[in-house]
Amino acid sequence: MAKLLLLGDEAIAQGALDAGLSGVYAYPGTPSTEITEYIQNSKQAAEGHIHSIWAGNEKTAMESAIGMSYAGKRALVCMKHVGLNVAADPFMNSSITGANGGLVVLVADDPSMHSSQDEQDSRYYAKFALIPTMEPSNQQEAYDMAYDAFELSEKFHTPVLLRVTTRLAHSRAGVERRAARPQNELNVCSNPKQFVLLPANARVHYRTLLAKQADFETEAENSKYNFYKEGTDKKMGIIASGIGYNYLMENFVGTTCPYPVLKISQYPVPAKLVAKMVDECESVLVVEEGYPLIEDHLRGLLNRTGNIKGRMDGTLPRDGELNPNLVAKALGMPDSYGTPVPEIVAPRPPALCNGCPHIDTYLALNEAMKEHGPGKVFADIGCYTLGALPPYKAIYTTVDMGASITMAKGAADAGMSPCVAVIGDSTFTHSGMTSLLDAIYENTPITVLILDNSTTGMTGGQDSHALGRIGNICKGLGVAEEHIRIITPLAKNHDANVQVIKEELAYNGVSVIVPTRECIQTLSRRMKAQAKK
Amino acid sequence: MKIDIILAGVGGQGILSIASTIGVAAVKKGLYLKQAEVHGMSQRGGDVQSHFRLADYEIASDLIPMGKADLIIAVEPMESLRYLPWLAKDGWVITNDQPFINIPNYPDEAALKAELDKLPNKVVINADQIAKDLGSARSANMVILGAAAPFLKMEYAEIEDAVRTIFARKGDAVVNTNLACLKAGYDFAQKNQ
Repeated sequence: MAKLLLLGDEAIAQGALDAGLSGVYAYPGTPSTEITEYIQNSKQAAEGHIHSIWAGNEKTAMESAIGMSYAGKRALVCMKHVGLNVAADPFMNSSITGANGGLVVLVADDPSMHSSQDEQDSRYYAKFALIPTMEPSNQQEAYDMAYDAFELSEKFHTPVLLRVTTRLAHSRAGVERRAARPQNELNVCSNPKQFVLLPANARVHYRTLLAKQADFETEAENSKYNFYKEGTDKKMGIIASGIGYNYLMENFVGTTCPYPVLKISQYPVPAKLVAKMVDECESVLVVEEGYPLIEDHLRGLLNRTGNIKGRMDGTLPRDGELNPNLVAKALGMPDSYGTPVPEIVAPRPPALCNGCPHIDTYLALNEAMKEHGPGKVFADIGCYTLGALPPYKAIYTTVDMGASITMAKGAADAGMSPCVAVIGDSTFTHSGMTSLLDAIYENTPITVLILDNSTTGMTGGQDSHALGRIGNICKGLGVAEEHIRIITPLAKNHDANVQVIKEELAYNGVSVIVPTRECIQTLSRRMKAQAKK
Repeated sequence: MKIDIILAGVGGQGILSIASTIGVAAVKKGLYLKQAEVHGMSQRGGDVQSHFRLADYEIASDLIPMGKADLIIAVEPMESLRYLPWLAKDGWVITNDQPFINIPNYPDEAALKAELDKLPNKVVINADQIAKDLGSARSANMVILGAAAPFLKMEYAEIEDAVRTIFARKGDAVVNTNLACLKAGYDFAQKNQ
């Protein structure tokens, strides 16, 4: 079969499809979005009636995937690293129920925080949940592991975490496909106790999970993705995991690495292979993308030997993503840095698009807030987070999905006034509705702006569950109808919009303003598509 | 044989169309390829770059090591300078000379020109004007690709072929316009190295 040129994300999607996937569940989040989009656009998926519609958030996605597994079919759930925080409850408990049909949890981490608020390492979550992790180092492994993760999941009736990082997710290379496997038949879980986590059942399941740990370790010791390459110079051994292996090997193009190398791409950490390296080498350098998980294991609390090198002793930086040069430096090789960047080169941060509806909303909000001073607008996660930057400087917080409304509530409870929340339509249905309910329940004086651009903008314009529903949702939750104000963010409406915001700021209760205008990107795409017709 | 290219521009300028064209040509030749792209937040008018690697052996890293890039291909002049730490000592910079100004502290024209003049190996081209003169302002990227063509270690015909493949869906007129833009860039580079 000819090689396909695929992003790491797309390779995972194709691997899952060829493994007999029946459904993907996901909420968009960089760098994981392209997996679900690939399946949505795949002819193979359409012919197989594979579910691929976006979920409302990562928790609902995870739960739907567990449901599909319960019914005996193979399910993939995809999210960015911080999405796993949202899905943590069903994720942790899915390790206790175990899987029926294959259940693979794909998490795309974002070291260096290219598009994220932290760089948490999802391998810790798998360790926490006591389930296996697979971590591809290249696009071919991404494909193969997506395929094999389903086999592993069904072999041990366990969810499997597949972890990638931004660089691999968004880098393209040739991928060879395997023969496609048919989907599982419907095969509803026959054990009436497996998915009922009453304490009496859960205690039994937990012991079963603990007993599986030895099997997971054996699988990792024997995995084709973990291997030991002998070396002649035993002064140092190198453990390289995931994409870190590529950065290591880049430094030995056309030559051979003189040091023994242990590549780790399947977890739990294969202790026997690690022991071999520690026994035969004077020191060990650990090259891993993300947190120092393996290194921390080896070092231990007391670091008695002092011969484990990596991110914790400064041989490699403690934060940020790796690259070939950082690894070269850790190996004591000369730096190949080219010419410095000329001083005149100015930073070019991302910005709201020309014609973006959020611009008009922020201009109106800033004017209405002028008399109240700075620091009173809580915001959320989406394109509108860019409103924190000049020239708007309109918002003062961004913590997690949905936090704008509840943080505004907490600040109002503390006596701050006025308290304004700014949240996007998709973020609102992701995690803002329960926050709003908290405020309604106590009639907390907050003014919530739900910026309705009819899409999930930041990740490239995916359909939003909120489409056409914001007003009714707010009404249904209990916001007084006269305090749900729909406005159109356009320059010509500026004065009227400022007036509406001022009126609602003066109201001593929950009010919602919905600036409604389609994202300029999806609008222009839609117009182009229409013109073609 | 290997060729490592940093593609540079501003989010929305479509640097990936250059990458996919070279990619098509490379795949036809049976070369190994890796291409790291920028998706997500920076796409909103921020600086974007792509690491594009071709070789006749399996490529290890998705990122080009600093000081090892053979080429910087930029669709914006200031952005061509941002990636100089990646450029090899004997590497070439191929860049559009038309600034994209969406920040208040964009350097002034003379200072920018002075920095570009300092580069030992460069092709600086007004791709926007050339594309406009050929009737397709949107094809400036193909002019830049043409200007980079002499440095790609491929036959010019192989790149032409890739342009045909990429635009075939859009009909002969579009194919021919893009080929003309490619040629104009190529001719300019041959004369102005």
